[in-house]
Amino acid sequence: MIRWLIKYGIMFVVLVLVQVLVFNHVQFSGFVNPYVYVLFVMLLPLSTPRYVVLFGGFFIGLAVDVFSNSPGMHAAATVVIAYIRPFVVRSISSREEDRNDYPGLKQNKFSWFLYYTAIMVFFHHFILFFLEYLTFSHFSSTLLKIIISSVFSIFVIVLSQFLIFRE
Amino acid sequence: MRSLIRYLIKNHAFVLFVLLETLALVMVFNYNSFQRAKYLNSANKITGKIYSVHQSVTGYFGLSKANRELAEENARLHNLMAIYSRDASPASGLSTVDFPEDTTIRFIPAMVINNSVNRPFNYITLNKGSRHGIKPDQGIVSARGVIGVVAQVSESYAVGLSLLNQRWSISARLKKSGYYGSLVWQGVNYREAGLTEIPLHVDIAAGDTVVTSGYSSIFPEGFLIGTISSFDRPDGENYYSVQVELAVDFKALGHVEVVEILDKDEIIELERMVRDDQVAD
Repeated sequence: MIRWLIKYGIMFVVLVLVQVLVFNHVQFSGFVNPYVYVLFVMLLPLSTPRYVVLFGGFFIGLAVDVFSNSPGMHAAATVVIAYIRPFVVRSISSREEDRNDYPGLKQNKFSWFLYYTAIMVFFHHFILFFLEYLTFSHFSSTLLKIIISSVFSIFVIVLSQFLIFRE
Repeated sequence: MRSLIRYLIKNHAFVLFVLLETLALVMVFNYNSFQRAKYLNSANKITGKIYSVHQSVTGYFGLSKANRELAEENARLHNLMAIYSRDASPASGLSTVDFPEDTTIRFIPAMVINNSVNRPFNYITLNKGSRHGIKPDQGIVSARGVIGVVAQVSESYAVGLSLLNQRWSISARLKKSGYYGSLVWQGVNYREAGLTEIPLHVDIAAGDTVVTSGYSSIFPEGFLIGTISSFDRPDGENYYSVQVELAVDFKALGHVEVVEILDKDEIIELERMVRDDQVAD
């Protein structure tokens, strides 16, 4: 329990810092911004109680919000993906037995992890960007931003699995 | 009652989801109260500290550029000083500068420790706060031009709205003709903003300089904002739609100055008195 807490506590802090100090400053053509901290919600073990996942998602979103002066936007997006996580996992896993408790890349097939990342990241970015612009009037241009940013986030998240969170 | 509790326990995830999501959305839509909430923005102690440590490391990479800019600013000030000393005391021939006693503007130097350009509402975090005399509603400028306005201050950090923030507009004047309008960022390109309310009979051309008007008590008159890059006359409107290329490159902010207008309270008080009088009539 203590080990679990320390491990995910460190992950929380590292992901927030990496997000606000590095990735918030990565900008291609002015609007592509990868959001990598979503990994925290994604990588919590599947057996984690749902309220822990929800609170974890809320607080990591709020932490990023505080750093980037965007009131509640990240929190709203992460709470949604924290809530839909079990449904996403259930919908993309074909059989009961090939589901590992740790939804990382190493414990699962590459294609599974890619689907998982893509769905979670897309939902997160969709909510985040629409809350940020608070309008549906530029729907197509906002959607384009969402897709480009999502592709970039997915790429960085999958890459990060190869580089660090391997254990 | 018992069945309700049983229902809540059974669906605790959904109930919690609704609660947390509502909380987050309340924050989104109560934007202003969030800004007032002292600990929930990047001016608070922890975030400010982290940003300033980060800046103290990454700041080294921009040193040569910062040096060049400071040298340019220095040269410009030397030139100004030469003009002043020539005008002020031609007889004495000494280079003592005789600044007027009643100067009403004070500059507080600060460093930008966090900044963004890619969101619809961009903010800047500064490494100086109320301890150094910074208060909300003071303007932020750099050697190149206008940058933003201070919104929230903590003891040693401040958060400002950048010019690249659609929640804010600034009163701008055409240097050549003296006509003024308001400058708002449209949220697309971080190098350009839109200038509205310039009437059609005014003669304008690409390359004209746009400066602050001095009609607000945030910026003194005559600070550079940018130059006109393009303009057109929309059908059926009495005003030009003007695109202004901003003088400041918001992707490369470093040393800035916070402008304190010392008579500001007096001006605001005076304006308020006039307004109240009119209401009374």
